Amino acid sequence: MLAFVWLTVITALRVLGRNRLRAGLTMLGIIIGVGAVIAMVSIGEGAKQAVQKQIATMGTNVIMIWPSYMTIGGVRGAQGGAVTLTVADALELKKRIPILSETGWLIRSTMQIVNGSRNWNGPVHGVSPSYVTIRDWSFSSGGSFTQTDMESAARVALLGQTVVENIFEPGEEPVGAIIRIKNVPFRVIGVLSPKGQSVQGSDQDDVVFIPFTTAERKVFGTLFLGSVGGVFVSTERTEDLADAAEQIRQVMRARHRLQGEQPDDFTIRTQVEIGKVQEGTSETLTVMLMIIASVSLLVGGIGIMNILLVSVTERTREIGIRMAVGAKRFHILIQFLIEALTLSVVGGCIGILFGVLAARLTTVIAGWPTIISSDTVAVAFVFSVVVGLFFGLYPANKAARLNPIDALRYE
Amino acid sequence: MNPLIVGEDIWKVYRVGDVEVQALRGVSVTIEQGEFVAIMGSSGSGKSTLMNILGCLDQPTKGQYRLNGVEVGQLRPDQLAEIRNQQIGFVFQSFNLIPRTSALENAQLPLFYRGLSLKEQRTLASAALQRVGLKGREHHSPTQLSGGQQQRVAIARALVTSPSLLLADEPTGNLDTESSQDIMGILEGLNRDGITVILVTHEVDIAAYASREIVVKDGQILSDRATKGRSQVVGA
Repeated sequence: MLAFVWLTVITALRVLGRNRLRAGLTMLGIIIGVGAVIAMVSIGEGAKQAVQKQIATMGTNVIMIWPSYMTIGGVRGAQGGAVTLTVADALELKKRIPILSETGWLIRSTMQIVNGSRNWNGPVHGVSPSYVTIRDWSFSSGGSFTQTDMESAARVALLGQTVVENIFEPGEEPVGAIIRIKNVPFRVIGVLSPKGQSVQGSDQDDVVFIPFTTAERKVFGTLFLGSVGGVFVSTERTEDLADAAEQIRQVMRARHRLQGEQPDDFTIRTQVEIGKVQEGTSETLTVMLMIIASVSLLVGGIGIMNILLVSVTERTREIGIRMAVGAKRFHILIQFLIEALTLSVVGGCIGILFGVLAARLTTVIAGWPTIISSDTVAVAFVFSVVVGLFFGLYPANKAARLNPIDALRYE
Repeated sequence: MNPLIVGEDIWKVYRVGDVEVQALRGVSVTIEQGEFVAIMGSSGSGKSTLMNILGCLDQPTKGQYRLNGVEVGQLRPDQLAEIRNQQIGFVFQSFNLIPRTSALENAQLPLFYRGLSLKEQRTLASAALQRVGLKGREHHSPTQLSGGQQQRVAIARALVTSPSLLLADEPTGNLDTESSQDIMGILEGLNRDGITVILVTHEVDIAAYASREIVVKDGQILSDRATKGRSQVVGA
């Protein structure tokens, strides 16, 4: 049996080798199909991973609570415009919901940041110390501020990488330097490690963190003491996120005395939800690409079937001879199936090669991240085998059902 | 010893469109092992149909055909293929070698379907080629061989399985006189070694090699007689 299969493969290769152009053109469909699958999936996977990396920069197991819009005289304000979220809300959440591991808050503004002769206009966030923890910020030098700094409304600042690059000379040490934010002097005590782009596409490193109390009392000024721009909480386990989000809603609605039908005056977003939205987009894209690739594989398969039918007709007499000397239907079937498989598998392998090459070129030329997973390659290979089997079956069966006498007489 | 071939009242009826063609009309024939039989007849006489049935390429519409005691009429295509592979060797007028394939591989073909190891296939096929005088030409493809040599490859292919029956359908039809004599000499020799040979021909001088002559006409046996033959040993 092994000898039979082996010799049949050799025969198939020889037959295809005799008609190289024909075999090549037939394989082209499979090559393009498989190549497209590999290239597209690697680009898709690359994009997906890039998004996942961005999502990870939010922190771990984070839930964000934003104040909702405020409606004044029927005119909706921007989201976050209402003063409906306070430090007291955050503290209450921390007290009432035990699965929350950290609770932090922030208030945001955009300010002029000055260091000597250089200045920069950027976002300044007044944050609680736990906010830095929740967001998983690490430090390239110096460290974070403490609860004492918070309580004493200390004038200390943490600088993001982008801000450092814009207000310090290259090589100048920011930690220990005195900068001014809206003319208030601050001592730089830490430089944040870069995080890159956020999911929304903004530069997360363009930021200055100062203690919340300092921001509220000495820099931003506020209408209502204790109103915050956002509350960030985190849970120990990812599975708890949805549960925690629901509990937060209940607590918040109770605190804000919202009755049955009244809409929430806050918005809750979990990291998982944001991730899902992003993944949903890339999945849609992947499905589209898979459809295109499938069509091309289908066309390739039809090409194989077509050329095999031609081959069966051309070699009718040979089939007759083989049958006369004792080939069973099964032998003829296998012979032509192996020919179809050889076409599709060789085509598939070339396609994989092209696909990998295309993905690499995309990374090199366009700078898009691509990931070639062994799964993708395996699936593409299996697909080409299936295409060969499926489209080879009809011609092979046609050959196997020939009547030996008719086949021998065929001119 | 049982007869190798027993055909009883064999009919073969074809349908060509609406027309019914009776290719064989009640042929009964018995052939003993070791015989050298020539089946003669003009074209359209039914001799080719008879040969196809005797060679298990086709089955009778009506009647019985027993080969080596096995009733062939009811077998499935794959069982027929197995019988052809085990017991019958074919030699055709147009050689019917597989093109662009070496003499050795052509001779190997029946063994390939028998499932022998590659080594056994090669050994037996080489021996068969040597027996028909083609030693040294194992790796020539059909187009590199003369007609006579191609027919010898075909004979090698037919005898490589040590069949009990060798069917030759106009084996010299495409050959010159000299090659024809060579081929007939080989067949004669094989018959002497005990292989039953059935020769289908319309040439009297070729039929003369056989020791028995069956004449077919209009689907029936017209005459069946022993001839002196050129063979020294008359079939048992």
